[in-house]
Amino acid sequence: MLDVKGGDEQSFELLLQRYRTPLVNFLFRMVKSREQAEDLAQEVFIRVYRAREEYVPTAKFTTWLFRIATNLALNSLRDHRHQKLEMSIDAPLTADSDEGDERPFEVADKHPTIEQELVENERKKMIRRAIEKLPEKQRAAVLLHKYQELDYAEIAKILRCSESALKSLLFRAYEVLRVELAPLVARHGAKE
Amino acid sequence: MSCERMESRILAYMDGRLKDSERAEAEKHFAACAVCRVRVNEFRSVSDLLGELPMVEPTPAFDVRVRARVAAEPVKQSWWAWMRPSPRIAFAASMLLLAMLWVRYDAHPPTLPISPEEADASMMQDISVMEDHDTLANFEPLKELPPPVEATADSADDNDQQM
Repeated sequence: MLDVKGGDEQSFELLLQRYRTPLVNFLFRMVKSREQAEDLAQEVFIRVYRAREEYVPTAKFTTWLFRIATNLALNSLRDHRHQKLEMSIDAPLTADSDEGDERPFEVADKHPTIEQELVENERKKMIRRAIEKLPEKQRAAVLLHKYQELDYAEIAKILRCSESALKSLLFRAYEVLRVELAPLVARHGAKE
Repeated sequence: MSCERMESRILAYMDGRLKDSERAEAEKHFAACAVCRVRVNEFRSVSDLLGELPMVEPTPAFDVRVRARVAAEPVKQSWWAWMRPSPRIAFAASMLLLAMLWVRYDAHPPTLPISPEEADASMMQDISVMEDHDTLANFEPLKELPPPVEATADSADDNDQQM
């Protein structure tokens, strides 16, 4: 990032290549729409580019990056919540319109049968829905902890809370997930 | 260790981020507490299940759009950027400075200090003007003075009578 600050355009390209996938994944899990996740990820990169001259390396770059991403995601969710409230509750929902978002990226490496594929898809759908059911801040904490593997201090900075509050947030989130995923958890436990 | 205290450590235990002494303490608690033992096992299962979700790759259009937006960003110039070395600006600034100096010199030529002898010589050059009667008669400040008193014959007689 310091090279980007120094006006090195190629370093920005490196940042883009390094963080594009983690960012889009994080935002996709946060806002549930891939198109919206890409729009938000673009916005994150533009903000990083605009702020490059003022960047002071007081925190890790990933902390700064995911802080911007988290703020944008939470704002977007808040805005969309308002929009949804304005929509009629009787409006028919398109059946699982967001469910197919991941399909083009799944690699069918073991040639499963149609039945196995259906079971597998149902399982992933269940996991995804369990994550989506989490309150926004708990969801962000779980995603940053599980998928970005950030340490507690970093996640606490991103979510602007204390480390003890973060641990409590993560504990509550895992309790919710344990209940939501109970059938899968039981099967998983029986396997081991 | 209490179950309540275990809540803040259970994920750190799963992540392997506890100190050796804390880990030993947690394991001692799990051995004694079935609720926490089940919980930690189920949390592990949850973590494994979360790991099953595939990563998504950004579309190729994503990179193109980011690069296009970066390219469209206006070039940021700080307020002092104009002072950066530029032959044109440097030339224009020096010409302006020279012009200002020339105008100032032309309007107020510098006066050199003169010696007393030179001052006297300068004054002597003006003597002819100072002795010129017409010039003095028309000298404005002198006109404002009261006319001089003239000693006439009448006034002499008056003086004699009084005596």
